[in-house]
Amino acid sequence: MNVPAAWYLVLAAGLFGIGAFGLLTRRSALIMFMCIELMLNAVNLTFVTFSRTLNDISGQAIVFFVMVVAAAEVTVGLGIVVSVFRRRSSTSVDELSELKG
Amino acid sequence: MIAAAYTTPSLLVFVTSALLILVGAIGVIAVKNPVHAALCLIMTLIGVAVAFVAQSADFLAAVQIIVYAGAIVVLFLFVIMFLGVDRREHIHFEPLVGQRAFAGVGVAITVGGLIALMARSHWVSGAASVTTKLSAGSGNVHELGTAVFTTYLFAFEATAALLIIAVVGAVLLARRERPTTPSEEAA
Repeated sequence: MNVPAAWYLVLAAGLFGIGAFGLLTRRSALIMFMCIELMLNAVNLTFVTFSRTLNDISGQAIVFFVMVVAAAEVTVGLGIVVSVFRRRSSTSVDELSELKG
Repeated sequence: MIAAAYTTPSLLVFVTSALLILVGAIGVIAVKNPVHAALCLIMTLIGVAVAFVAQSADFLAAVQIIVYAGAIVVLFLFVIMFLGVDRREHIHFEPLVGQRAFAGVGVAITVGGLIALMARSHWVSGAASVTTKLSAGSGNVHELGTAVFTTYLFAFEATAALLIIAVVGAVLLARRERPTTPSEEAA
């Protein structure tokens, strides 16, 4: 018998929590992007676990699309980081305060 | 004993993937050097790929390794080295007082509440086998391909457009603006 789905769901919840904590506390834009990847992977793991438990391929298909969107997001995000770094010589999000009121 | 209820290989695979995932994830948020964080991210991604294989999602595991660990992390490393930000960040310095404590409490409440909610009810609920059933004992590559190119064909075509837009946007964002010469302005 296979390992129950609950274990994988708890593991995914833990991974999501670690990613969320990193996103809230780290200041480098690059590390924040990596934390977003961690959270997306946690959700992917949840989808695959649901797919196995409900015996339905849709969960896996959605993971495929999430991966595509994650790739697009990282491409544009890193483009923005490069563009900001050129202007400010820093990837710290604390220094991007021009729009502060 | 737990190992008696579940077969030892599947238990071993779960423990391996859980260790890879959690150690890598903690590494991403704890190390100072961005290059090391990217390498820890690869560890987590491989752990997730192991969990995918254990749950008969073979194609997704391969895509996970090729696209995530192969392309996205290389893109991260490329940008880190291109910008030269691979020096250490002062992570012990906390500009907002109490930020970590608040973040920790918020995340603990969210994740703990989520797990408690799932544990009190059924972990997974919903209608089973709405679109295509998984095939027992195989990697479901055939089923996934059929679903993507029939049920989710529109979404698949939309992702093609999304990727083109993302590539063009990234090129435009990262391009260095050339100063225009007078002859170009006249033309």
